Amino acid sequence: MRLGALVLVPILGAVAAYFDAPARRSRWLVGAALLHLAMVAWAWGSPPATSAIGWLRFEPLGGLVLTLVSVVFVAVAFYAVGYLRREDPRGGRAFVSALLAFLASASMVSLTHHFGLLWVGMEATTLTTAPLIYDPRDRHSLDAVWKYLLVCSVGIAIALLGTFFLATAQLAATRGGGAALVLEDLVAEAPRFHPVWLRAAFVLLLVGFGTKMGLAPMHTWLPDAHGEAPSPISALLSGALLNLAFLAILRALQVVNASAHPEFARTLLIGFGLLSVAVAAVFLLGQLKYKRMLAYSSVEQVGILALGAGLSGTAAWGALFLMWCGSLAKAALFMSTGSIFIRYGSKRTAEVSGVGRVLPLTAVLLAVGLFAVSGSPPFGTFLGEIALLSGAIRTGRLGVAVAVLALQAAIFASMAAAIFGMVLGRPAAEVVSERGPEDRWLTLPPLVLLAGAALLGSYLPPALRGAFDAAARAIGGAAP
Amino acid sequence: MSQPGEVLLLMVLLSCFAVLGTDRLSACIRIMAAQGVLLGLLPIWIAPGISAHIVLIVAGTLVIKAVVLPRVLLWAIRESAVRRELEPVIGYGASVLVGLAATAIAFALATRLPAMPDPTLPLLVPVSLAVLMIGLIVLTTRRKALSQVIGYLMLENGIFLYGLTLANGMPLLVEMGVLLDVFVGVFIMGLVVFQISRELETLDSRRFAEPRD
Repeated sequence: MRLGALVLVPILGAVAAYFDAPARRSRWLVGAALLHLAMVAWAWGSPPATSAIGWLRFEPLGGLVLTLVSVVFVAVAFYAVGYLRREDPRGGRAFVSALLAFLASASMVSLTHHFGLLWVGMEATTLTTAPLIYDPRDRHSLDAVWKYLLVCSVGIAIALLGTFFLATAQLAATRGGGAALVLEDLVAEAPRFHPVWLRAAFVLLLVGFGTKMGLAPMHTWLPDAHGEAPSPISALLSGALLNLAFLAILRALQVVNASAHPEFARTLLIGFGLLSVAVAAVFLLGQLKYKRMLAYSSVEQVGILALGAGLSGTAAWGALFLMWCGSLAKAALFMSTGSIFIRYGSKRTAEVSGVGRVLPLTAVLLAVGLFAVSGSPPFGTFLGEIALLSGAIRTGRLGVAVAVLALQAAIFASMAAAIFGMVLGRPAAEVVSERGPEDRWLTLPPLVLLAGAALLGSYLPPALRGAFDAAARAIGGAAP
Repeated sequence: MSQPGEVLLLMVLLSCFAVLGTDRLSACIRIMAAQGVLLGLLPIWIAPGISAHIVLIVAGTLVIKAVVLPRVLLWAIRESAVRRELEPVIGYGASVLVGLAATAIAFALATRLPAMPDPTLPLLVPVSLAVLMIGLIVLTTRRKALSQVIGYLMLENGIFLYGLTLANGMPLLVEMGVLLDVFVGVFIMGLVVFQISRELETLDSRRFAEPRD
């Protein structure tokens, strides 16, 4: 009941916001977001009962993703209030409703243990975010949304075929006893699955959901969508959506881990992960637009997540922790670029300089956010990186660890050069002349997210620590 | 062995080749509507008996794939005044040959797969894989956005055909969810195609290839 409510509350909010007066839309958005977060917190306090047929269930792995999505969503909701006031002449009716509908589909993806519903939820996240990316209604956002829809729909279609292969494997193993596709049954029956079906299913699910996650070489839509979408949406895509796709891949990994030969899945994850980090490092060299730069940094981040899941052991724990801290930091960075775009009116890095003088708080957020995504202390990303690299070394993959470190150093250098070029320097005269106070709606949400990333790095509450340990064990990892 | 089912499957495959060889977009959409009818009728021969589950799947598929989606796409064509796919990446004759090769690969692949749990229609798996691959060919070798939507629809139809092998094991809610998602997806794509055409008065998606990095 309470699990169903986590999906229903945002849907009701979306409907209410659509039909209510324009002045009350932001209230519905923020209200539904806060209520959702409160219900997630309540679920941690006293875990709700599994739904009648076992399709919805609250456990640490999905719970961690859901909590992260809910936190990022609340920040985005507050940010969107300021954004809509300045940037949306149409009053944001479709915008607010699509945002809340996304939250509903995200809840479904994180809570469901049924692979069919997981697919339905993932496709719903594509469809609900498409109108959000197209919100600026210009040619670039139209290009971006077309590429996003087409590439992600094909990806998700391939994931559907993978889901059907998994059902075939289950149907064959249970001799017509039905293909319930419930995670717990699949894990129990996995040792009896025909290896060909299981392998094919995992490869298709990895490629399909990997497209949505932004793993190279299926990442081609990501720089366009994240670069051209309004900043709150970029923050939501990188802070929430990618992690939902990662969760879907982890669900498939859970099934494969229970089978006799899970090694191929881990090798594939490591391969896609390394390729993504390498692609990000190459495309960040000489990247001309600052939002596209952050988008390629997201490609790097999902590469690291896949890598950690593939390395297993403490690296899997590191991946989950990096998922949290990295997403908070990345969402904050995208939010601060929103303030810059509003003031400078350009997405080109070269046309932005002197942010430190014009928008001092935003400049601080940018610089601090750079260190937060790059895994420096005191941010949680540092702990995650350490767990990941030590996991790699402990499993005898020293080469992987060295390669990742070298690529990350190159990525940091590219990003630091661009960001400090924007923060320092002398601003153009016309930008200074319209100098006014910074909008709190646009600066406080990223500030809170970055503070959260820093807090997680210095103090991890035992209960949260326990949840990360349990989630890591669920995907074949270990607590450090 | 059920004869009418086999005939329907072969007609589905033929309709894919018809799309490969046609340059008129409205004709392609009508062929896809016919394919929707064939897909809607197939479950009747595959299912062991007529149940509420089968009736709903048949009705849902017919309404969405044979009536609503073709209408949305025809509307997008009418509004944007684009009639033909003028510059496919590979020519029509050549793409039919590539489609034949894909079909051969699909049949070879299907024989190598482990035995299906429920072999009611032996042709179902190879045809579904062939339809899926031809859909991917259309998607990657046509340049008009609308042709790409048709390719995506065909890809989905291939997966739908494969899903029929599981028709007795999948819960109705999930099947309906899948159908609804595909419906909304193609609907939104139709709207975007309309926007693209209004923006540029051409449905050419080659311009997306301009380098931006």
